[in-house]
Amino acid sequence: MAQVSIQDSEIDIVIGAVQSDLTSFMEEWRPIFSRYHLIIVKDPDLKEELKVAGGFNVNVYTKSDIDRVVGSSSSTVLFSGYSCCYFGYLMSRKKYIISVDDDCSLAKDNKGDMIDIVSQHVSNLTTPATPFFFNTLYDPYRKGADFVRGYPFSLRNGVACALSCGLWLNLADYDAPTQALKPGHRNYRYVDAVLTVPARTMMPVSGVNIGFDRELVGPALLPALRLAAEGKFRWETVEDIWCGMCVKVVCDHMGIGVKSGLPYVWREERGDAVESLKKEWEGVKLMEEVVPFFQSLRLSKAAVSAEQCVVEMAAAVKERLGPVDPVFARAADAMVNWIKLWKVAGSQTAVA
Amino acid sequence: MAAATPLLKDELDIVIPTIRNLDFLEMWRPFFEQYHLIIVQDGDPSKTIKVPEGFDYELYNRNDINKILGPKASCISFKDSACRCFGYMVSKKKYIFTIDDDCFVAKDPSGKEINALAQHIQNLLSPSTPAFFNTLYDPFRDGADFVRGYPFSLREGVPTAVSHGLWLNIPDYDAPTQLVKPLERNSRYVDAVLTIPKGTLFPMCGMNLGFNRDLIGPAMYFGLMGDGQPIGRYDDMWAGWCVKVICDHLGLGVKTGLPYIWHSKASNPFVNLKKEYKGIFWQEEIIPFFQAATLPKECTTVQQCYIELSKQVKEKLGKVDDYFVKLSDAMVTWIEAWDELNPGKDSAKLANGSAK
Repeated sequence: MAQVSIQDSEIDIVIGAVQSDLTSFMEEWRPIFSRYHLIIVKDPDLKEELKVAGGFNVNVYTKSDIDRVVGSSSSTVLFSGYSCCYFGYLMSRKKYIISVDDDCSLAKDNKGDMIDIVSQHVSNLTTPATPFFFNTLYDPYRKGADFVRGYPFSLRNGVACALSCGLWLNLADYDAPTQALKPGHRNYRYVDAVLTVPARTMMPVSGVNIGFDRELVGPALLPALRLAAEGKFRWETVEDIWCGMCVKVVCDHMGIGVKSGLPYVWREERGDAVESLKKEWEGVKLMEEVVPFFQSLRLSKAAVSAEQCVVEMAAAVKERLGPVDPVFARAADAMVNWIKLWKVAGSQTAVA
Repeated sequence: MAAATPLLKDELDIVIPTIRNLDFLEMWRPFFEQYHLIIVQDGDPSKTIKVPEGFDYELYNRNDINKILGPKASCISFKDSACRCFGYMVSKKKYIFTIDDDCFVAKDPSGKEINALAQHIQNLLSPSTPAFFNTLYDPFRDGADFVRGYPFSLREGVPTAVSHGLWLNIPDYDAPTQLVKPLERNSRYVDAVLTIPKGTLFPMCGMNLGFNRDLIGPAMYFGLMGDGQPIGRYDDMWAGWCVKVICDHLGLGVKTGLPYIWHSKASNPFVNLKKEYKGIFWQEEIIPFFQAATLPKECTTVQQCYIELSKQVKEKLGKVDDYFVKLSDAMVTWIEAWDELNPGKDSAKLANGSAK
């Protein structure tokens, strides 16, 4: 399949800095990232000075920037911890955003070559997705693959891909109970596939390694579900899982696609699953409510844009999940506030 | 490390349709020799099919099929590998593995020969997860698990009814794609098994397929193809669409991915085009039909689901072509024949006794 050629200038790399010293992270990624514009957002709760490597085209945002744009009362709640990356999504004016956690490094593919996650995410986002019928040879647009016998021709054009979910070697994105139960468990399996997650199928999107089309779904990548004891390890958060399901509902509604699979990053060891589990497993319990809710959520025909979809979703969250747990009522409010913020600070016409 | 895969040698039949010879079994010997084979001989029944020494098998040709089924034999295709489903019907085992006679042993990236049968067994004996997508694929595989965000209440999974394997070398393309890309070979080994989500249809290829006959057997009818029929090369597709709708209804899982076999023979694309021609147009109607098909909750067995589906086929697809009216009748004949040959076996008994 002929691929659309994307300019480097259409891409932003957004890094949420949960750790203060990013120099070795940036050096590690320099071969891949240096040609792109970077947005680094410092976790507003981080007290230490942020250290970044030189020689990059980078904009750094800190607490004072967040306060300025958002108003200081909301900022620490909305953008603290891993959610600081959403501020970067808000500030970006590019079409494509690639975002990776600051404890990830370059992985090697099964041939031993360094994986360029940017070009893989961009390739996923610029080739069609096929959510309406499953192709058993996975992504038919990859070189050496195609649609298999029995795949209806009318569905072979595919639809736009709005979200690309990458994976992780070494420390996979398991929850705390799973990792605590199997402390030595590491992911060494390189699965050489990209596939479209079918329409109406929900999935857990990990914010550790993603790419998305900001023009199509930007407003739907939002910080909303904040746990009471949310912490600075992924085991202590579910904001990305919530956000991913919002995006999937939006994509299903708008008839666009979500892909999962390549590229891989190498995820470093950090934290202690047992400690995280002791401290926080509210997230695990909440999933029992969250998943059925999103699986049954349907939006009205009036919701045409991602923003309108989010507003409708927020109302449904407030009505149906609000009574279940106050954390959901807060999430609904956060979603509404996010859209207001997006209109003011995130849309193309707003001043960055 | 997981325990060694059980052999299931007394619980599994290998069904092979053939018109040529079974020389290919020689290379599968280390993996197949302990199992009982059911050979379904298509084409000229006067021809003798030579089975390599040492294999335990039963062989059925057209005369046998006619004798055993009598007038119901009309539902079994002739001059098409769709006839293999007779083997499913006549088997007395819990599991079936079916493979084409041009499918050889493949090698994994380390160079090791792949025991496709053992992988199918692993797939069938571990649960599926159709309710929610796991981004790390089959969580029951060694070295994998459920990812963060996967609800614990869904981690038990559901019983696996079907294991759909893939093919290296000659990929399973349709005729138009084969004509446009005659040289394309599948050399990408994707080290994954995954559950096809509930509500999603897929093209099921019968070349390298395993299934739990107790759970889904009666739905594995491969339709009316070949001689005297307006269509060919849609047998497995048809079965796959029916199977998926029924699995979704009954809460059973379908897996796809590993194992790979090496597909050695590329069939003639011009011959294929003639066979598939009508199918290419019809699938545009067939797919929306299956995507929208719902089964009433009173249908709690596979046979009941299948009969209900046959009615819907007649009513809705009958308008597309008279072929579907015939097919719908054949679907009923198939179930009657199945129940006759498998008396008292109530397929798809569910743990909670009810369908969704």
